[in-house]
Amino acid sequence: MTSLLTAPTTAARLSFKHAGLILFGLLMLYPLLWMLKSSFIPESKIFDDFGLIPGELTLENYVKGWNSGEGIGFTGYFLNTFLIVAGSLIGNLLSCSLAAYAFARLNFKLKTAFFALMLAGIMLPYHVVAIPQYILFSSTGLVGTTFLPLIIPKILAVDAFFVFLMVQFLRGIPRELDEAASIDGAGPFRTFWAVILPLMKPALITTTIFTFIWTWNDFFSPLIYLTVPESYTVSLGLNSLVDSQTSSGLGPLFAMSVITLVPVFLFFLFAQKHIVQGIATTGSKG
Amino acid sequence: MLGLVFITLGPLLASLYLSFTDYDLLSSPNWIGFENYRRMFTEDPRFLKSLAVTFTYVFVSVPLQLALALALALVLNKGIQGLALYRSAFYLPSLIGGSVAVAILWRQIFGGEGLVNELLATFGLEGMPGWISNPQTALGTLIILNVWTFGSPMIIFLAGLRQIPAELYEQGSIDGVGMFGRLRFITLPMLSPIIFFNLVLQVIGSFQAFTPAFVVSGGTGGPVDSTLFYTLYLYERGFINFEMGYASALGAVLLVIIGVLTALNFYASKRWVHYND
Repeated sequence: MTSLLTAPTTAARLSFKHAGLILFGLLMLYPLLWMLKSSFIPESKIFDDFGLIPGELTLENYVKGWNSGEGIGFTGYFLNTFLIVAGSLIGNLLSCSLAAYAFARLNFKLKTAFFALMLAGIMLPYHVVAIPQYILFSSTGLVGTTFLPLIIPKILAVDAFFVFLMVQFLRGIPRELDEAASIDGAGPFRTFWAVILPLMKPALITTTIFTFIWTWNDFFSPLIYLTVPESYTVSLGLNSLVDSQTSSGLGPLFAMSVITLVPVFLFFLFAQKHIVQGIATTGSKG
Repeated sequence: MLGLVFITLGPLLASLYLSFTDYDLLSSPNWIGFENYRRMFTEDPRFLKSLAVTFTYVFVSVPLQLALALALALVLNKGIQGLALYRSAFYLPSLIGGSVAVAILWRQIFGGEGLVNELLATFGLEGMPGWISNPQTALGTLIILNVWTFGSPMIIFLAGLRQIPAELYEQGSIDGVGMFGRLRFITLPMLSPIIFFNLVLQVIGSFQAFTPAFVVSGGTGGPVDSTLFYTLYLYERGFINFEMGYASALGAVLLVIIGVLTALNFYASKRWVHYND
């Protein structure tokens, strides 16, 4: 009886809710969509109207922007960034999984103390560590052009967050599997490689996604370590474009901004399910 | 492999040592005791300014961001159609919020001839000053940017809401509890560990924000230091002026602040967080 009476109002309320959500979503995404649209229209028309449907389409901004960067231009910035991302990925995946395996399965002296230290490392602001790290790398002459200061820390399992993520994951894998492997005569490294690593796939996927996005968006560490335009990443290249904005113009600046977001956006599109799960289980900031 | 963990402790101790020295990378560090810290608190108005700016940024943007995240999580929680689509749309800004591209977009939205002012001009409000070039409003635009990235706490809230047993709500409706009663007596207490978790995470994260302030202010923290984030000031001292000793002392203070805030959060949580064991 009551359900019959309330049914229409519930439906009305539901569509009201959808309308509200769509409106709010549009408001949130409007700046991004506006930038996307503005990047495809002639520069003089950017402020002509505020709608999102472009009239006359042009690729002029993209062509101009792509060739306008300092030094090697955006082709080079993209290549540099891909190299750093690839190095960081390999470094993080290998080193963090090894460290996690040691924490979760092996016994060694002061293990609890090390584990506590690693947890504290998650809270540690990067800016605090950056100073001694910088001094170390600059004394070895690696600051300026090489990507090593950006990649070496990853090979040393510095991203405690991922180690923690993997330790948590490994705790859910039954120990009997390792024991079976060791009965079959496999040593710790072999057990790790043949048994543990394949089982850790979900945690490795999460690590891949976040390493990619964070390294791609990273600005602070390239800013301090890469001082020559030839070694710039896309973030640095884009920032240098801001300084020369008066000469290069708003259109190309928007076009290049859009282009630097594309890889992250593609990752988001294809790995959405993993990202949502990753954040829900680890609470990472994304 | 285990020695690698030292990579965290080593720099930390090195940084602590350097904070008591005067070091410019060229000559060797020179021990000066607490001089850096004394200068910081008594002779450095920009240090105090950067603290004020960062605290304002964190204490205004984080509560707003979390309130928005919770509100949308509550709306999206009730088995709404198209959940995945809404969730993605609301989450996207979190993913790119820290990028240079979005900071550039912000410059154009709130600039003197930016989107907001052009929109206002169509309503007859012509010639408004730029929001990012006005010391009164510049920090506000960065706060809006941080609130805009409410998507990741929202997803954590959604996951938390799903853990609340449905029986509690059934029991509540039998007892005749209304919508606000359910929110006040069931949802919020059950969700309090998650709210706490998000709070700690966002406070720590926001304290370390760097890119938006750097790009929007062109690296200066201006106008008139109104967006001089703590990290920006540390960067300037350490990596522009190469005052490594002073920057290390700034880093040590940052560490203490984050540590104290986190401890305070944990302490306060005993009063309002309910663990369901």
